Amino acid sequence: MYNTLQTYLFLAALLFAIGLYGVLARRSLIAVLISVELMLNAASINFMAFNRFLAPEPAVGQIITLFIMAVAAAEAAIALSIIITVYRKLKSINVEHVNELRG
Amino acid sequence: MSEFFSLAGLSFLLIVGMTLGGAFIAVGARNIFHNVLGLALSLFGVAGIFLYLNSPFLAMMEILIYVGAICIAICFAIMLSEPLYRPQPPRKPIKLLGAGVGAGLVFLVLASLVRKTAWIPAASRGDDWSVATIGHYLLTKYALIFEAISLILLVAMLGAIVNAKNGRGRTES
Repeated sequence: MYNTLQTYLFLAALLFAIGLYGVLARRSLIAVLISVELMLNAASINFMAFNRFLAPEPAVGQIITLFIMAVAAAEAAIALSIIITVYRKLKSINVEHVNELRG
Repeated sequence: MSEFFSLAGLSFLLIVGMTLGGAFIAVGARNIFHNVLGLALSLFGVAGIFLYLNSPFLAMMEILIYVGAICIAICFAIMLSEPLYRPQPPRKPIKLLGAGVGAGLVFLVLASLVRKTAWIPAASRGDDWSVATIGHYLLTKYALIFEAISLILLVAMLGAIVNAKNGRGRTES
C-alpha cells in the first residue's frame, strides 16, 4: 500500500519544498548550498520513482540519477570554493553582505 | 492501512521520518554545523528510499558521494570560513513567512499535479536491474553524456582549485 508511485512523488515534493524554503529563508551561503543539495535529492527521488514504476528500461533512470550526483559534486566544489573566496574578501558569508555589484 | 504496521511498513516510515526530519534540521537549525549533520541524516534516508526503489547500487553511491564527499567538503568549508558560534541577528518574521508561503505554494502545486495526473506505465517493461547493464549503457548508448559529465567534473575541480588558490597567492606576494 505504501509502495506506490504517488507516495514517493509526494515525499519528493515535500523534500523539494523544504529545500526551497531553506534557499529563500536562510542567510548563510553554506546553508543555501545545503538546501540546494536537498532539492537535487528530491529530483533524484523523482527519477528513481518513475524508473521503478513507469519506465521501460530500469537502467536509464539509475544512470540519470548517477549524472545528477556527478553534477551535484561539481556544483558543490565550485560553490564551496566561491564561498571561501567570498569569505576571504568580505570576512562574511552572509548573502546580504555580498552586494558589491549593486549599482 | 494495516500494512503500515508490518515490519516493512514500519521501516519505511522510519526511513521517511529520517529523510524529512533530517531535512527539517538541515534548514531549520540555527547552528550551521547542525545543518550539515541534518543533511547527512536526510541523505542516509534518501539512500534507504533508493533501497526501497529496488536499487542498492544507487543507495551505496548516494552514501559514498553525498554523505562521504559533499558533506565532508561542506564541513571543511565551514571550518575555513565563519566561526561556528558567532551570534547572528534573527531574520524578520515577515521574510520567513514569505519564504514559507512560497515553498508551501510550490508544494501544493506539485502535490495537486501528482494527484491529478493519470500515471501510465510503459507498455513493455524490462526487469534488468543489474549493475552490469548500467555499466554497459554508460559505455555504449550514453557514452557521450558520460564523457561530458567527466569533462564537467574535471573543469569544476580545476576551477575550484584556481578559485580558492587565487586569494591566498595574492595576499602572500
